[in-house]
Amino acid sequence: MDQFTINLLFVGSSFALYIGIAIWARAGSTSEFYAAGRGVHPVTNGMATAADWMSAASFISMAGLIAFTGYDNSSFLMGWTGGYVLLALLLAPYLRKFGKFTVSEFIGDRFYSQTARIVAVVCLIVASTTYVIGQMTGVGVAFGRFLEVDNTTGLLIGACVVFAYAVFGGMKGVTYTQVAQYVVLITAYTIPAVFISLQLTGNPIPGLGLFGNDVASGEPLLTKLDQVVTELGFNSYTSNNADTFNMVLFTLSLMIGTAGLPHVIMRFFTVPKVADARWSAGWALVFIALLYITAPAVGAMARLNITDMMWPNGGVNGGAVEVQQIQNDPKYDWMHTWQKTGLLAWEDKNDDGKIQYYNDKNADMQALAGEKGWVGNELTKFNRDILVLANPEIANLPGWVIGLVAAGGLAAALSTAAGLLLAISSAVSHDLIKGAIKPSISEKSELMSARVAMAVAIIVATYLGLNPPGFAAQTVALAFGLAAASIFPALMMGIFSTRINNTGAVAGMLSGLVVTLVYIFLHKGWFFIPGTASFSDADPLLGTIKSTSFGAIGAAVNFAVAYFVAGMTKETPQVIKDLVESVRIPRGAGAAQDH
Amino acid sequence: MSDNSSNNAYWAANMRIIKISLVIWALVSFGFGILLRPLLSGIRVGGTDLGFWFAQQGSILVFLAIIFFYAWRMNRLDREHGVEEE
Repeated sequence: MDQFTINLLFVGSSFALYIGIAIWARAGSTSEFYAAGRGVHPVTNGMATAADWMSAASFISMAGLIAFTGYDNSSFLMGWTGGYVLLALLLAPYLRKFGKFTVSEFIGDRFYSQTARIVAVVCLIVASTTYVIGQMTGVGVAFGRFLEVDNTTGLLIGACVVFAYAVFGGMKGVTYTQVAQYVVLITAYTIPAVFISLQLTGNPIPGLGLFGNDVASGEPLLTKLDQVVTELGFNSYTSNNADTFNMVLFTLSLMIGTAGLPHVIMRFFTVPKVADARWSAGWALVFIALLYITAPAVGAMARLNITDMMWPNGGVNGGAVEVQQIQNDPKYDWMHTWQKTGLLAWEDKNDDGKIQYYNDKNADMQALAGEKGWVGNELTKFNRDILVLANPEIANLPGWVIGLVAAGGLAAALSTAAGLLLAISSAVSHDLIKGAIKPSISEKSELMSARVAMAVAIIVATYLGLNPPGFAAQTVALAFGLAAASIFPALMMGIFSTRINNTGAVAGMLSGLVVTLVYIFLHKGWFFIPGTASFSDADPLLGTIKSTSFGAIGAAVNFAVAYFVAGMTKETPQVIKDLVESVRIPRGAGAAQDH
Repeated sequence: MSDNSSNNAYWAANMRIIKISLVIWALVSFGFGILLRPLLSGIRVGGTDLGFWFAQQGSILVFLAIIFFYAWRMNRLDREHGVEEE
């Protein structure tokens, strides 16, 4: 059986499994659909939340970004897990006690303002749409590889599949489908990592293997890695080479963004009790950590394997890989399959029959290249987003592992993309149109507008996904910055301060969203349209603050403006103060209320 | 519903637990993982230093401990103050 058939088999049967479960446990009514988590054990709910949460960014993209940068990209690991601490301590129990279904409903009620609710919906739509662009990037990579077509075709096919998947509707609300997706995703991520860790370190647990010894040299794996990458002129893997201030801000943005993303928060509205909301956040992080503890090992080991592939004769002094060998040796087949997607490329610039992979920006390497007759790095393109999917092929693992990883990557991207599309469409049709613009709308027209909103969102995301503002995880990081600057501060102030009134909250959310959005657009292009950016993240507008890190600044602006404006305007009414008091006490929490 | 002063005491106790938890949260990630990493560079872990471990794995494990501690502690605090769910 060839690899294409194996991939098709794995991807096909995983989809059949999700659809089968969805039909078996179909949600009967709207309230069942929204409250899919009610009556579900915190462990099960945690697993479903983990599947909801871990998207193409975590599965497909993150380890690649860590692999090629090393320590400096640890922000992704700390940021996307540390947010759960904020969620568990500052939001989840209180939002559960409040007992409504959506984030915008909480904001609308707590700030006794229809405007606040609409502003929250707008923030939600902006953040979610940016998030979907990142997912589409990942979907394009996964479909491109799995159908062996170029990236653009892969993206277009992927967009159709995501749309169909989301339109099927309620599927997303069914907790058990997500549990199945989690199992597929974590198995697909872990199995190749275990194989590779065994090959390189002899330790079957990748997270431990990372700090173990390299079997071939007997040295610690990370020492070996530092040595081979610096030999090629790249930054040392374990050292801190980036700006520390920006790293702190970036980590913080990802953390508070995690605690401000509506599709994650929503899951805590519907657990049976306040006590369960506290446990659920912990269980979700347990299941997320299983992937996040493995990811840095995947990155480091893949970097070592790739470097070894390009310099198979004992590093930089032993001679580079020959073009002949790439063409004929089955070990290098992965390079051909990925070349088809257009995301991997090499070119024998100096016609010496070898492919030299090194950092041609490094002065020492330029000197060495002059001596040896090299004219630049010849591994001309290695898209970071292909690393995780290519990893089992690079390590020469059996075909079924490759098929499994394809299924896992698609599960991660599709489940999150479909979930976000549903969140966007319900925000537009339910909160915006029915809630504000035209309350008399019929149920049929509401459903229609939901579908239209979904179609518009996916067309926008696909168009922008063709020329994404960054690799999948970087685009997703922008979405987190937006959520961090707009939603999180409003929720937190709503619970922890009785002083913040309607005007304060609205002014805060708007200013947080606008400054962050403008800062991102200045660096990534207006509405992410390529060529319209005035600055770049290599040389940002404000000091060393990159656009991906600005969410933390936006959140600070949000807090400051809200306190300032609230201090100047009318005090919060007593009835709202009582509401805040009651949200703080677990006793008296009823079941989540329908609206 | 219990009386107001008891609720205030409950909330003050909760805020104290949150503050301690968040100090630890920041210490392991922003502290040991990033800003204080140079101070920990003397402690070697598998080919690198302790700060690298905190940045890539250690902080995540501590986050887990914080959340489970908080859930356990708060569920006990709810009972102590008689505000647990019926």
